[in-house]
Order: sequence, then structure tokens, then C-alpha cells
Amino acid sequence: MSGYTFKSYLEKSQLPHMWCPGCGDGIILRAYTEALAELCLAPQEVVTVTGIGCWGKADDYLGTHAFHGTHGRALAFATGIKLGNPDLTVVALMGDGDAVTIGGNHFIHAARRNINLTAIVTNNYNYGMTGGQYSATTPLEGKTTTSPNGTAEPGFDLCFLAEAAGANFVARTTCYHAVALKNMIKEAISHQGFSLVEVVSSCPTYFGRFNVHPSPVKMLNWLKDKAVPVQKYREMSAAEQAEHFAVSTLVNKNRPDFYTTYKRINRPDQSAKGEE
Amino acid sequence: MNRPPIQKTVRISIDSRSCKKCGICYGFCSQNVFTLARDGTPEVTNPSNCTYCRLCDLRCPDFAITLEVIS
Ligand code: SF4
Repeated sequence: MSGYTFKSYLEKSQLPHMWCPGCGDGIILRAYTEALAELCLAPQEVVTVTGIGCWGKADDYLGTHAFHGTHGRALAFATGIKLGNPDLTVVALMGDGDAVTIGGNHFIHAARRNINLTAIVTNNYNYGMTGGQYSATTPLEGKTTTSPNGTAEPGFDLCFLAEAAGANFVARTTCYHAVALKNMIKEAISHQGFSLVEVVSSCPTYFGRFNVHPSPVKMLNWLKDKAVPVQKYREMSAAEQAEHFAVSTLVNKNRPDFYTTYKRINRPDQSAKGEE
Repeated sequence: MNRPPIQKTVRISIDSRSCKKCGICYGFCSQNVFTLARDGTPEVTNPSNCTYCRLCDLRCPDFAITLEVIS
């Protein structure tokens, strides 16, 4: 055993964190740090890259290396960090606003290039930090502060988007499923190429209050009821599917990652020797 | 990580400095280990029921719960 626990990756002086009572972000941060401990990664071998938003504050509480970038650009910075030093484990933490609303272009291109990094996207269906406005994942007719009668736009399906763009590993779960979440993050970090873990999360303060319930317990139960294992989801009628989402590993491929391919093409002498 | 057998005695503590009274530990413990005070503060009232499933600890968004197996 490495002797690492989840606490080895937390900056204790910064706690308690700023998130609202019962926010899913804390559960996901716990799962992330548990996963790092079980993978026996030293904090200095890991770079956590964040953007802006409630989940973007996560780096304040982490004792790994961290890079706090501009809104929507976490994957652009993460790409540079990974290619600058491929030995580092690079993990981008983004919300739905960061990943596919403001940063949608970076998201599809990181997946297309198959950069060897992991994106953990907390999808709580709205912009929490700026007051609960709708984002590109807010479901059709979802109520937010900028769509009090419901949005007229359908939301993106992050996992379909990543799969279509070429990601090697795509998985979805919720912050209710704490153990599955930790295992999924471990698998994503261990997988070569671009890995996405979408965590459907609860924002009891805004999306929950307007659409479900302000109680964190009721929000977690709502997520539990909405989440259906992918096999069962495929057997559902279209009407049932519209009310649920599929969880578990959705894509698991082994397309060579960008750096491996780049070396093969540009430095054939090095890749022939099997250098990393 | 070896999960200890069910009959272990578990010491459960809640860090009042971190706890934000979200109610998740109380809401999801299948063994009714916790009760809520009138102001929503969770209290460990039935620790002997604990089966060390660790879900309250893993789901606590504020890292406020510590579980220790004492025997
Ligand atoms: S506003 Fe929503 S997402 Fe942000 S900390 Fe509060 S509950 Fe969490």
C-alpha cells in the first residue's frame, strides 16, 4: 500500500469549502481524491486543471499541482500541460458550463485528438456560481433564473458528443453512486487517450429548487431514480428513455492517443524503441 | 482495502466545524445510525447498528464524517 488516503490530496487549511449544503461537488471531490489514493499516485505526479464555476473552485481544496484557467479553457491548458510533460497525470475538472457551453469547441477537439487526459465533468444542468442561469445541458423546459417558464432548447448529451468526437473512454454516473463514481474515475485515469466521466450532479440551490426540490436528500433520490444501467436503458421505450439517462461505461476503445501517434509519425526512431 | 466483517464496533464522529447540516447522512443511512436535532444537526444515536458500509462517509459532501473500526 502506498499509504495515501483521500486526505493526502486535500489542502486542509482551505476547508470547509464554499459549496452550498448538500451540493454534489463535495461528493465528487471526495471520489476523485479516493481514486487518486487507490491508484497510489503521488500528489506531485498529478495536475488538476480547472476552469470557472462552482466545480472550478475544486483546485482551491486540492494538494495536487493545480492550474486554474479561464472559463471554458481547462482542456486547452490541460492539453498543453500533458504534451509539455507526458509523464504527468492530467485531470481536467469542469462543470457543464465550462465543458460544453463556453468550452464546447475545446471539448470536441480534445476528444477528437484523443489527448491522454481525463475530464471529470460535473453536470448539474445550470450555471450555479453566477446565479442559476441555463446552460447547454439544461434539459428542454428546464426552469432556471434565465428561463423561468422553461428553456426552449434541448440539452446536449455530453457522452454522445464525446463518443462521436472520438473519445476512447466515456462513462456516466451520478453523485448518488459514490462508490461507482470512484471506480469510474480510477478506470478513466488508467485508460490511455481521452477519457470522460460525466457525473450528473445535484445543485439543490438552483436547478433542484426550481425543478425538483431544494432538499439535498430529495435531489440525490431524484438522480438515483433517473439513472438506469445502459443495458436496461436500451430496452426502454422512447418515452421512458426521455425520462431517464444511461449510466455505466458507455465507450471503451483503444485508439492510439495523440502523443503516441505524433511520435510514430514525427520521431519514428524513438517510437520504434518503445520510448514513452 | 479489506472491509471488516459486520460485527465490528465502529466509532463514528462528525466534525461540527465542517458539517453544513445537509441531512444526507441521516437521509440515506439504512441502519438509522443518525438522528437530526431540531436545527438539523446530525447526531450519532445508534452507532451499534453501523455495518461499516462507509456510504455516509463517502457521500458526505463536507468530509465531516470519520469512521474508525475500534474492535
Ligand atoms: S450554487 Fe449549486 S453548484 Fe454551486 S455550490 Fe451551490 S449547490 Fe453547488
